Amino acid sequence: MKDAVETPSDRTLARIPEVGSAPIGSDAERHLSELWESAPGWRGWLSTVDHKEIGLRYLVTSFIFLLIGGGEALIMRVQLAGPDRHLLTPEQYNQLFTMHGITMIFLYALPVLSGFSNYLWPLMLGSRDMAFPRLNALSYWLFLFAGLFLYASFPLGEGPNSGWFNYVPLAGLEYNTGPNIDVYALGMVLLGISTTVGAVNFIVTLFRMRAPGMSIDKVPILVWGTLTASVANIFAVPSVSLAFFLLWLDRRNGTHFFDPLNDGKPMLWQHLFWMFGHPWVYVIVLPAMGIVSDALPTFCRRPLVGYAAVALSTMATMLLGFGVWIHHMFATGLPALAISFFGATSLAISIPSAVAVFAWIATIWLGRPVFQTPFLFFAGFVLLFVMGGLSGVMTAAVPLDLQLNDTYFVVAHLHYVLLGINVFPVVGGIYYWFPKFCGRMMNETLGKWSFWVLFIGFNLGFFPMHVAGLLGMPRRIYTYAPNMGWNSVNLVTSIGSFVFAAGILIFLSNIAFSLKRGALAPQNPWDAPTLEWAVPAPPPPYNFAVIPFIASRHPLWEDRLDTAEGRSNLQEGYLLMEGRETLGTTALDAVPDVILKMPDDTYAPFFLALFGSLGFAGLLLDWNRFTFLMTAAAGLSLAAWMWPRQKLVQRLPGVNGVTEAGRG
Amino acid sequence: MHDSGSEYRHCTAGGNAFFPLAFGSMPDTAMKAETEAAPLNYFLHSYGPASLPTMHLGWVFTAVVMIVLLIIALLLAGALFRKRTPAAAQAIGRENEGMRWIYIGTGLSTAALFALAVYMLITLNQVAQPAQPPALTVTVTAYDWWWKIEYDDDDPARRVVTANEIHIPVGRPVLVKLQSADVIHAFWAPLLAGKTQMIPGLLNRQWLQADAEGIYRGQCVQYCGLQHAHMGFEIVAQRPEAFRAWQDAQRKAAAPASEPNAAAGQKFFIEQCAGCHSVRGTDAAGKHAPDLTHLNSRRMLAAGLLTNTPEHRIEWTTRVQDLKPGARMPAFALTPGETAALSAFLSTLD
Repeated sequence: MKDAVETPSDRTLARIPEVGSAPIGSDAERHLSELWESAPGWRGWLSTVDHKEIGLRYLVTSFIFLLIGGGEALIMRVQLAGPDRHLLTPEQYNQLFTMHGITMIFLYALPVLSGFSNYLWPLMLGSRDMAFPRLNALSYWLFLFAGLFLYASFPLGEGPNSGWFNYVPLAGLEYNTGPNIDVYALGMVLLGISTTVGAVNFIVTLFRMRAPGMSIDKVPILVWGTLTASVANIFAVPSVSLAFFLLWLDRRNGTHFFDPLNDGKPMLWQHLFWMFGHPWVYVIVLPAMGIVSDALPTFCRRPLVGYAAVALSTMATMLLGFGVWIHHMFATGLPALAISFFGATSLAISIPSAVAVFAWIATIWLGRPVFQTPFLFFAGFVLLFVMGGLSGVMTAAVPLDLQLNDTYFVVAHLHYVLLGINVFPVVGGIYYWFPKFCGRMMNETLGKWSFWVLFIGFNLGFFPMHVAGLLGMPRRIYTYAPNMGWNSVNLVTSIGSFVFAAGILIFLSNIAFSLKRGALAPQNPWDAPTLEWAVPAPPPPYNFAVIPFIASRHPLWEDRLDTAEGRSNLQEGYLLMEGRETLGTTALDAVPDVILKMPDDTYAPFFLALFGSLGFAGLLLDWNRFTFLMTAAAGLSLAAWMWPRQKLVQRLPGVNGVTEAGRG
Repeated sequence: MHDSGSEYRHCTAGGNAFFPLAFGSMPDTAMKAETEAAPLNYFLHSYGPASLPTMHLGWVFTAVVMIVLLIIALLLAGALFRKRTPAAAQAIGRENEGMRWIYIGTGLSTAALFALAVYMLITLNQVAQPAQPPALTVTVTAYDWWWKIEYDDDDPARRVVTANEIHIPVGRPVLVKLQSADVIHAFWAPLLAGKTQMIPGLLNRQWLQADAEGIYRGQCVQYCGLQHAHMGFEIVAQRPEAFRAWQDAQRKAAAPASEPNAAAGQKFFIEQCAGCHSVRGTDAAGKHAPDLTHLNSRRMLAAGLLTNTPEHRIEWTTRVQDLKPGARMPAFALTPGETAALSAFLSTLD
């Protein structure tokens, strides 16, 4: 490590940074605080680019969407609790299940994981912020506005109503004349921008922002999960954005991409949608699996078994995940030979999942489990993960899927996957990192209650759905006849869903209680091994007073782990305090490479997102002049953002022809 | 012909009013009771070679999956609660151990998945094609929210058009051609075969075969809008001679309504209903709604929503938007005279 300091690899560096220490309360530390703090009040609120602030906003916003989507589900479960109930009209039911899907899949499941990753990445990687802090702010604002956009027409009774999968021609103009689908189409294109810039930010952050010494084989599994998901997003999101854009063109600009009456192809929609849709499933579970892989070992008092195998299996899952989209389309009449290939791949995708499952079980088996609340969620998750995976194996079997597909069996499967593999790790993750987020511990008693109520309610609610599916109950029906054999299973499911909702309420009350009255949290309450526990709780605005040197995967356990990897140094490191600065390191070995000049707080991302979203609203309402004005305003915001600033210069101008100016 | 229809009514008179199964040749009443309770229960019931291998596949997969779940649950419980030798509170386990868990666990999983995949492909091959070429072709066209059923014939006069009720000869493979008149639907008679989407602009095919006489429930299983929930159909499997008799009856045009009340009803029908419905043998030749020439030969109304009784026929005509909100048919406010006339006319449509 020290060698790297003495002989910089790049002679164009503006200066060689000092190495030193900056304990809490020292002049240097106070200076750092001033440099990185956001302005108080609404100014700071709108202009901050602090990844911790943005991460928390992602978490809170997506959790609010989870509650809204959950409320929609409860209303549907009242309707379905018995046969022939007419609480809802068919149209209301259709909008509810569509918005439930959109909300949970797009506005909760990924954003909540982006929240964790945004908050945790720089702390786990030993950096002072994400690679592109302003882009990070833009990504959040666009997510928020896209969420509001997608909900704009729902209160008026004109919400999207063709299912989250939105098949044409049902979603086409001929069968859906209102604004319902236009809102969905444009909202998804807008949200796609947020997802894409967020993904770019994560990828560059991983390869550029790790503390010196943290070679690529030392990053936490959560980082691998989010990296894999981000790379997948770069390839998958264009497919869905294109699909929705073409649909909008069909609906409002007279094209015929999907219109069968004019040689358009409804199958094109299914392909484009599921080429995105299936990788997306892994996008919203792999980072959550990463949460477990990182946090579970803490409570087992030992490192994760098979770190490299789990990291590789994460990427293998994603790679295979791009080759299975046809398993959503087995019933479309494709030739048996073609679908048998996709069926076999869909079975094979369980293999990397098996790696992770046995790694977790081995970690518990070989460890000494401490039964605190987060651990309950992670251990419970392992069982739910297996159940969701096994029902997935059944749906991968082509002939069987031709029966199971579009029945409640698939509803059960996808909820075991999305709740089991996303919500349980997320809630466990909140229990785990809450002390870091807020500086207080969450209540253990309420915590254990919330786990058991959620776990029982979940299985009570969703397991009978498997049975409903095997009894032939189709998805997306607003009511059913009393003589179909589905009455009891549906009643049990409805009861279970309300038990689950009670568990969420206990969890929320625990948060509300602990925010004010929780015990003050020490820096590392769980005796965890990773870097985010080496900073105070909550972390100071600059994260790390000095950029630490990292020697192993478990910097806080090194004294007890007895490895030959050397010792990390968290007290002494690069000071970097001539303005907002952090260290850029090389992609694989994390050798110090460049001093990164980080941008100040700015309103530009907020206004770019605001005007951009208003531009989309203009497209929706067909206000062409307004759209044009908003696009121009967005362009001005972008110009203000991109305006070259002397203080962001990272390398000496003129040396080796380098003239690079600011950074994003 | 009236005979074949009444045969079914006779057979099912003692059974469940909503889902009477007519297993004249099947003494297994226990099985009958079960299917009556859950007419789409494909997991426990299969009545033809297009679904039987799949049902067995489902059992094997379920068994394997339950065993794996049990093993994992036991391993997890063991991992959580096994006795451990005491150690210092601060102690941390070693990093590079336990890989054997992953090697063995993943190895066994891979072997099991490989075996399942082979079995799955064999089953797919079994259900993809019938053993002998289909004896009969039925074209099913899905509409919002009902099914048009056509039996092709080289002689146009011998074609049969009906709705929501497919008759097939028992024990013979039937080719079903599937198309859609509007949005995507899916054809699913799970006790006989898996589902196939009906995609506008495409002609899909599947085959099915019923090895036992009876009535098999089917359902649209691709979300298709407001009344996706009420888009059912029935497949009636009959002995070949009964099937032929049914076909012959269906080929006939409606007899002219002679009784005065029925004649008045026919006039009303031509004026009010003929834009969409057709009754062969009259001037009603609408193409947007079910062909009603032999309405009374069918067991159900409104794509499986109501049993076909004179009362339900009138209730459907007057309260269609309450019974099936969003259905393409408007509700009619009928005077008592019109009700009687229309009812009389509809009762002639045997």
